[in-house]
Amino acid sequence: MRYEAPESVQGAVALLAAANGDARVLAGGTDLLVQMRADVVEPELIVDIKRIRETRAVTQENGGWRIGAAVTGAELKEHAPLKQAWPGVVEAANLIGSTQVQGRATLGGNLCNGSPAADSVPALIAAGAVAKLAGPHGQRDLPVEDVMLGPRTLALRPGEFVVSFLLPPRPPRSADAYLRFIPRTEMDIAVVGAGVSIAVDGAGTITAARVSLGAVAPRVLLVAEAAQAIIGSRLDDAAQERLAAAARAACRPIDDKRGTTEFRVDVAGVLARRAALIAMDRARTR
Amino acid sequence: MAKHHVEAIVNGDPVEFLCETEETLLDVLRDTLHLTGSKEGCSSGDCGACSVTLDGRLVCSCLVLGCEVGGRTIETIEGMAKGETLHPLQQRFLEHAALQCGICTPGFLVASKALLERNPNPTETEIRYWLAGNLCRCTGYDKIITAVQDAAGAMRKG
Amino acid sequence: MAGNGTNGQQYVGTRTIRPDGADKVTGRARFGADYNLAGQLIGKVLRSPHPHARIVSIDTSKAEALPGVKAVITRDDFADMPSEFIPAGEMMMNYKDVTRNVMAREKALYEGHAVAAVAATSAVIAKKALKLIDVTYDVLPHVIDVVEAMQPGAPILHDDLFTVGVEPKPDRPSNVAKRVEISQGDIDAGFKRADVIVEREFKTAPVHQGYIEPHAVLATVSEDGSAEVWVSTQGHYIVRAHCARLLGMDIGKIRVNAAEIGGGFGGKTVVYLEPLALALSRKAKRPVKMVMSREEVFKASGPTSGAVVKVKMGATKDGKFVAGWAELKYQAGAFQGSPVQPGVMCAYAPYEIEHVKVVGYDVVSNRPKVAAYRAPGAPISEYAVESVVDEIAKKLGIDPIQLRMMNAAHEGTKAAYGPKFGPLGLEETLNSIKKTEHWNTPLRKWQGRGVASGFWFNIGGETCVSLTVNEDGTVSLMAGTPDIGGLRASLAAVAADELGIPYDKVRPIIGDTGSLGFNFLTGGSRSAFSGSMAIVEAAKQIKSELCARAAKLWEMKPDEIEYAGGHVKPKVASEKVTPMSLVDFAKVAGKTGGPIGGVGRINAQGAGPSLGTHLVDLEVDPETGRVTILRYTVAQDAGKALHPAYVEGQFQGGAVQGIGWALNEEYIYGADGKLQNAGFLDYRMPVASDVPKIDAIVVEVANPRHPYGVRGVGETPIVPPLGAIANAMENATGIRFTELPMSPPKVLKALKEKYGAGGAGR
Repeated sequence: MRYEAPESVQGAVALLAAANGDARVLAGGTDLLVQMRADVVEPELIVDIKRIRETRAVTQENGGWRIGAAVTGAELKEHAPLKQAWPGVVEAANLIGSTQVQGRATLGGNLCNGSPAADSVPALIAAGAVAKLAGPHGQRDLPVEDVMLGPRTLALRPGEFVVSFLLPPRPPRSADAYLRFIPRTEMDIAVVGAGVSIAVDGAGTITAARVSLGAVAPRVLLVAEAAQAIIGSRLDDAAQERLAAAARAACRPIDDKRGTTEFRVDVAGVLARRAALIAMDRARTR
Repeated sequence: MAKHHVEAIVNGDPVEFLCETEETLLDVLRDTLHLTGSKEGCSSGDCGACSVTLDGRLVCSCLVLGCEVGGRTIETIEGMAKGETLHPLQQRFLEHAALQCGICTPGFLVASKALLERNPNPTETEIRYWLAGNLCRCTGYDKIITAVQDAAGAMRKG
Repeated sequence: MAGNGTNGQQYVGTRTIRPDGADKVTGRARFGADYNLAGQLIGKVLRSPHPHARIVSIDTSKAEALPGVKAVITRDDFADMPSEFIPAGEMMMNYKDVTRNVMAREKALYEGHAVAAVAATSAVIAKKALKLIDVTYDVLPHVIDVVEAMQPGAPILHDDLFTVGVEPKPDRPSNVAKRVEISQGDIDAGFKRADVIVEREFKTAPVHQGYIEPHAVLATVSEDGSAEVWVSTQGHYIVRAHCARLLGMDIGKIRVNAAEIGGGFGGKTVVYLEPLALALSRKAKRPVKMVMSREEVFKASGPTSGAVVKVKMGATKDGKFVAGWAELKYQAGAFQGSPVQPGVMCAYAPYEIEHVKVVGYDVVSNRPKVAAYRAPGAPISEYAVESVVDEIAKKLGIDPIQLRMMNAAHEGTKAAYGPKFGPLGLEETLNSIKKTEHWNTPLRKWQGRGVASGFWFNIGGETCVSLTVNEDGTVSLMAGTPDIGGLRASLAAVAADELGIPYDKVRPIIGDTGSLGFNFLTGGSRSAFSGSMAIVEAAKQIKSELCARAAKLWEMKPDEIEYAGGHVKPKVASEKVTPMSLVDFAKVAGKTGGPIGGVGRINAQGAGPSLGTHLVDLEVDPETGRVTILRYTVAQDAGKALHPAYVEGQFQGGAVQGIGWALNEEYIYGADGKLQNAGFLDYRMPVASDVPKIDAIVVEVANPRHPYGVRGVGETPIVPPLGAIANAMENATGIRFTELPMSPPKVLKALKEKYGAGGAGR
């Protein structure tokens, strides 16, 4: 098993493209190392991307924020301006695992692990985040909702990896929120996750919204019907009920050790509504 | 392939070691450097018994590869007491009977120290959430929380 | 009464710093996996992927040929044992089952059942070797559920298992190993007298002890057949006995050292890796170290039983319990030996009831063999009874604490399982709960308060300790029961008080099997109870020896001399002699007769039951079914708390394990008979943010049969939480939950059925 820690994007791409067996990108390692220990994966090559500057930086870009794929959750939490701009994304990233896991886990890893229950992914999708991919044929941008196709299945081409994410500029009176359901208070994988991003006008009417649900389908969902259900409303009771119904209608979950189908569908509606209320509250006060 | 040659700083001392790619930092600490204070409870990042700091950041050493830590600074439970003086957290854990079997204790101490370095006056809730990645099956956490609160108070007074 | 006073101080009952503490907060303390020997090999176990399969053949030749592999063992390396129950320490073991559990013979009986083991020069090579072992299985139908396992036509695990305890003796094998029953009075007559009868069926899931330290052992066998073992265990003498039997070795040839133990809760009272490591070492002639992964711990070490329990109780309208009936079906795992017997005995033990009948069944299925877990069997049956007690209280309109008080067992109560109780502390715990601020804190909608009591017998048993007076008058204390939760602190305090010397002049250690006489294991809440009794005995020997020596020195009669306040002195003060301290005597030990010491060798009798009452407040999220524990108070009778902080710690830790059992922990099997949540992530033990402060009230109703009044305290705390939480859930939601764990999907479903979505109809 080889280990390489290139210092440039090109270097990483070259290694990944030239690999003749299973090559894995190592960011925080909080999923990869567990899978290696459990013999789920036995990579021939590990490419550690943490020594690449672009993967480790949080910078402003055209009024938005660019976040390196290997920035840890703990670092995001300590980034006050980012937290101010995208509280939902940061709180979602901070729900991945324990404090210890926060010290390592990254947005890039959370997405590329390919789990529909990844906490940060619904928040990124609700935020309209775009992933920057680098590969043998150069770089390209892909909306986050298009990166993951199904469990452990990504839209990445051979030799490609995620370098960073771009969060768009924040319009005034807009905010996001993320909630997940777990049986304990910490340490569990999301049974349901809901990310909501909202913009309101001066009168408090929702002008734009994105709603994303995790752990209720083979991939994280961007639920346009749920957004439509609240655009034009002030998130009154009826709008909340429409939102919850649309969220529930979008779910296609499995029954498993973490929750029943019925439970996931019910709770998806509850969380979408609760997350929207938090986002609304935040948006109004900006 | 040949083993990786890694140089790092552990508890203030320069160390060098050889490791296979798949060996974790925990494997290296315990088996190669003979620092067995960090414990292996799960090897999946779910129990926190192997907690160390890496460049000041709290991590599970079972989720770090040995070959990743070249040039980096690691602090383990073995580096917590200074000379003959126990760290205030170590002292308070003893005074409050915050350990029963003691297997989780090194991880709790390392994690608590990382908390108090960032937040010298945490609330009970903040302590509980910060330590949620450290499993203890003996104490019900009660006396651990009390010990951390008491140590925080003592450390604020200096 | 024991205790000689000290230099102005009594240590028993105070919060001393544990003598093993500094090593445990600095990382020095050596647990099972922290031992290494030069030249050691790493051992790994090949485990069955099938829940039930006949093992047709095992071909180890490719593994043996792999460079670096030094030994491979299978069923062929263990002699078969006859099916008979023989004593091992104080336990009765059927070694036919034990040998098959440590290494499958004819069949693999659960997913994770050991099938072969290898020892190699590295873990990587050992793992590779496992993949080269070729096992041919004939996969058989499996059965996981206890009720299904009892059905006619269920897959049979053991062809020679015929139900014991039924007449006539069955002519066909089944999965029901035995039927047990206790009764007193006339149960039918009891129900005839009842004005109110409540009957319910309950179901509990198997739960794991969840110790943080996986099983670990290091073993070395010499060419002359003598062996040494370092192991994380609750009973190193038991490890020695089992290994000697399984490997055909003399007990005296095996020296077992108890490593520091990272939690056990009953789960480290049996052997898994130990005989394998010895067998591998014997074959390879090298030391062999073996450590389980967390997945192996879940799949192959004992959880406790899941169960189905029916309870029927009757009471008069003024609140007197008159009849208690129950039927308990406990899963044993792949081999017989569930804790159904103690479950049966404990079910109604907290109460004085004239007519009782409890029947239990011990049922095998394709799961890992259960091991003891803290008050084995009792939490399950008492949860069911405490739930029904609460329903009776509601039906009768009597306060639940008052109802328990009216029926509480007390001194002189004849227990349904046999004995007449001595003094008991249940009423005191109920009283002290009622006096708490917690009891009077107001609750809001969707919040509920629950109370439940619990009983556990406690045991004594064979115990050997030594006290040795060193040359400088300090004292070495050696105990032979592994210290899991502060035993050394408690025993050092007793020794210091008995000898009247400072606490820090006593250094307690846990001796190996060659250093002390036989000790039964740390279990049954016995180690502080029995150990302190043995210390009193050992100290008595020292004191009487010193008085005898002083008599010679002072030319007096021994009975004119006493040992008091840390000094040997004449009972009547005399100007001719100066009282001598232990330090003084140590200096002249050689001249006065040689080394000074005492050995307490006892079979401790008179363990007093410990009863407790728990009070819990919780809140239910009606939209998600999630439960938050808001407040928690434990009151329990310790008899006498040798070290109050570690007694409180037992109460608090047991309560939180109970919270996990009640709310989220469970073994989840797929239709394929495989465990789906064999890791901490999805097993869901409580984390620090899941629980509030646990208030602990130490009640002390002295046990008259112990020199300090001690009762065991370690196990009772896990008994009441299940019932207390279920009762609180009923008060929060108006729904009686009869199945554990009360996890969110179950709770939400019940809420929806009763009140519609989001609990709107409430």
